[in-house]
Amino acid sequence: MEFPPGTLYKYIAVSNLTVCVCVCLIPPQFHNLQELRHSASLANKVFIQRDYSEGTTCKFQTKFHSELDSRIERSLFEDTVKTLNNFYAEAEKIGGQSYLEGCLACATAYLIFLCMETRYEKVLKKISKYIKEQNEKIYAPRGLLITDPIERGMRVIEISIYEDRGSSGSSSGSSSVSGSTAR
Amino acid sequence: MSAVMITRKVRKWEKLPGKNTFCCDGRVMMARQKGVFYLTLFLIVGTCSLFFAFECPYLAVHLSPAIPVFAVFLFFFVIAMLLRTSFSDPGVLPRALPEEATFIEMEIEAANGNVPAGQRPPPRIRNVQINNQIVKLKYCYTCKIFRPPRASHCSICDNCVDRFDHHCPWVGNCVGKRNYRYFYLFTMTLSLLTIYIFTFNIVHVVMREYPVLVCFFTLWSVVGLTGFHTYLISLNQTTNEDIKGSWSGKNRVQNPYSHKNIIKNCCEVLCGPTYPSVLDRRGLTKEELSASASNSSNPTPQTMNTSSREEQPPASKGPPLASPDTDAETALAKDKTH
Repeated sequence: MEFPPGTLYKYIAVSNLTVCVCVCLIPPQFHNLQELRHSASLANKVFIQRDYSEGTTCKFQTKFHSELDSRIERSLFEDTVKTLNNFYAEAEKIGGQSYLEGCLACATAYLIFLCMETRYEKVLKKISKYIKEQNEKIYAPRGLLITDPIERGMRVIEISIYEDRGSSGSSSGSSSVSGSTAR
Repeated sequence: MSAVMITRKVRKWEKLPGKNTFCCDGRVMMARQKGVFYLTLFLIVGTCSLFFAFECPYLAVHLSPAIPVFAVFLFFFVIAMLLRTSFSDPGVLPRALPEEATFIEMEIEAANGNVPAGQRPPPRIRNVQINNQIVKLKYCYTCKIFRPPRASHCSICDNCVDRFDHHCPWVGNCVGKRNYRYFYLFTMTLSLLTIYIFTFNIVHVVMREYPVLVCFFTLWSVVGLTGFHTYLISLNQTTNEDIKGSWSGKNRVQNPYSHKNIIKNCCEVLCGPTYPSVLDRRGLTKEELSASASNSSNPTPQTMNTSSREEQPPASKGPPLASPDTDAETALAKDKTH
């Protein structure tokens, strides 16, 4: 079978273009947090705001931002935020245990906190472990990274979106911020 | 020509903005003006010393040794509460990092739409509904955040403080979410101590006709303050909200934070959870000082801050960050004062 001379080159060009486009559309695959940090560059950040509908207790909105649409399934994201909200609700619960802790601490002029950890601090440690585990299992393989809200004054959950440095794709989102971390 | 990198570990409190002073390597946090706090300490310690020196020996012998013992416990409790109030973080909210500030700016721009040239943009307010009550969240131009409900910016300490009550010069610190209960216990136990000393002064005078120093006026002001804060706690209000009349009842505005039950309100404020500090004062930042070891004429040391939180980028893209001058509401407020 013979092709006209130019067809083969056109075929190669089109197939290369298709491959390039496909590479751009596939989000980067990272296998772990280390790989993410070494081979990716920060493209964008999304900030999940606080939900004040129930008062001043710590609770985050489960609204799904459009920038995350192509990166992670809505259900996974909502699960993470709901679990975090449950942790914070547990920490701030006003009930028998918090009264006991408060009264005992008051009786000792709050000196007991020099040797004992408060309930809130214990829950914060659980939260930190949970976020680390979520990052390793779910978010890092998708090129995302959650920052613990305590590092942002418990105002926002910061989700960093990474792009693979090696890919030829452009960075996602029109509002790319120039604050890239130097690693 | 080689560059020598010297890493010096710096704690985060050294880099915190705001007008606080820190002691004991970031463990203690106070306002800048501490003069009145020293006066408070002097008054309390001075009065109690006089009481212990001149009256307790007589009272212990002629009435009961339990009297000075109880006074000692009360005195140590008062000092502990005072120091706890003065030295702890009142609930300072850290300022937004550049990316967060830009993100918020973009959200505001999107919400305001296109403002015609020459017109001031509308005030930066976010409405949230809390327990069926609309609460307006104001934007803080200094901290570049929308203040959470009940937070306020203290101009003396130059920080936004969560559940801001007031800035107390007597304790040398702001009173906010984290140290309000210690402040309340301080005023309450100080009232008790003052009443206790006053009572035994009178007893001593009656028993011995002995001239004594009585802090009469201090008694009434401290007792009055305790009474005022008891009233605020029972309604779950802050001094700031009371002064501004936020929940005074006009326009059918009610306090959305109150449980409508005095006991529940008291329990929440006094026996609620112990909130952690979100200001990481004792965390480490890294400052790398690079000095070229060559014989170049002008070695310029470059300090590059690579902390765990990102620092200001040299040129941030995005809309120019607005100031109160470009905001309609604050401009109107300014015009009114002139």
